[in-house]
Amino acid sequence: MAANPMSQFDVYRIGPEIKVGTFDISFTNASLFMIISTFTILLIFNLGSKKNKLLPNKIQLLAELSYTFVSKMINDTAGSKAKPYFAFIFSLFMFVLFCNMFGMIPYTFTVTSHIIVTFVLASFIFIGVTVIGFIKHGFGYLKLFVPSGVPAVLLPLIVVIEIISYLSRPISLSVRLFANMMAGHTMMKVFGGFVISLGIVGGWLPLSFSVALTGLEILVAFLQAYVFAILTCIYLNDALNLHH
Amino acid sequence: MEAFAAESGGMPQLNPEFWVSQIFWLTLTFGILYVVLSKLILPKISNNLESRKSQILENIEAAEKQREDSEAKLLEYEEIISKSKLEAKNIFNQAREKALKDINTKKEMLDNQINEEINKVEREIGILRESAPDKINTIAIETSSELIQKLIGAEVNNSSISAIVDDLSKRNGDKYYGN
Repeated sequence: MAANPMSQFDVYRIGPEIKVGTFDISFTNASLFMIISTFTILLIFNLGSKKNKLLPNKIQLLAELSYTFVSKMINDTAGSKAKPYFAFIFSLFMFVLFCNMFGMIPYTFTVTSHIIVTFVLASFIFIGVTVIGFIKHGFGYLKLFVPSGVPAVLLPLIVVIEIISYLSRPISLSVRLFANMMAGHTMMKVFGGFVISLGIVGGWLPLSFSVALTGLEILVAFLQAYVFAILTCIYLNDALNLHH
Repeated sequence: MEAFAAESGGMPQLNPEFWVSQIFWLTLTFGILYVVLSKLILPKISNNLESRKSQILENIEAAEKQREDSEAKLLEYEEIISKSKLEAKNIFNQAREKALKDINTKKEMLDNQINEEINKVEREIGILRESAPDKINTIAIETSSELIQKLIGAEVNNSSISAIVDDLSKRNGDKYYGN
């Protein structure tokens, strides 16, 4: 590992170069951690749903608590109409959470610290929500940009602002997750570097800071996954229940 | 690669070299995750939760039913107890009344007997009282005649003596008999 705090975000090829047409879809360390996260999620939830005991064991309890947690989150923010999208939001939350958490292990790669990954996820959510909105409400979905109870003079301005805020959703959603992950990991790396450079005498302060930061970053890893999922629910709520 | 990252200002995220690869693998892994979770695992968890919920509800219902049953049994039991208490009281009262009646009849019988006895004795006393002056008179007459015979040595007519005794007893009878 290089001393450069950004080198932890390097993507490198594992195995041979795979090309489809002009596209390079080689297997990389990012692909590896996507697969590890996916596999871990599937393993845990498969074990947690295999046996149905009246008194659940630990792994079953974990699976069921996660299920009810996400289910409640969706129901609270987007209502009962969002039930068909439960599986998607559950997968999304779990995927982001596990990618974030695996990134907390030293020498691993944080999938969600790459803007392209979070942007693809956010764009998919954005496009999906927009499509759902137009399917449910037709052109009435455009009323989302026209809030009720606004003076006619201000209306053109408000509509422009609303449209901009709507279009910036995928950007804010993806940048929030990516920036949080990247900043946290970079900071930890920087403080880790201080420990080495200050040595046995002065290294204790950055070390203790680094320990505290690790706790904070684990919290952030959970929180950002939660925020990502709950914002998706809120966007979905706009599409399903047009309030304006 | 590191050289490239360093050249581009240190942000490997902005290096588009593996963007397509990342998009591809993200779509693939997330797609698999979504399909397996939504088709296989989540329905099972939902099913497990539902069945547990329904089983708990069933158990609660059964418990409720049993509670009602036991309450009904308790009521029945209390009814039986109060009934038997009432019965016991009745039996006691009857026994008491019967005993009182028996005592009364016995008492009456005894009273009657005593009264009869008293009457009988009183009658006897009456007879005795009536016959007492005659006997005394006879004794007085016989004693007087014997006395006179011993004193004067002559026979005295009993009838004259009895006349005298009668006369005396009539005069003094009140003094002796208090009538």
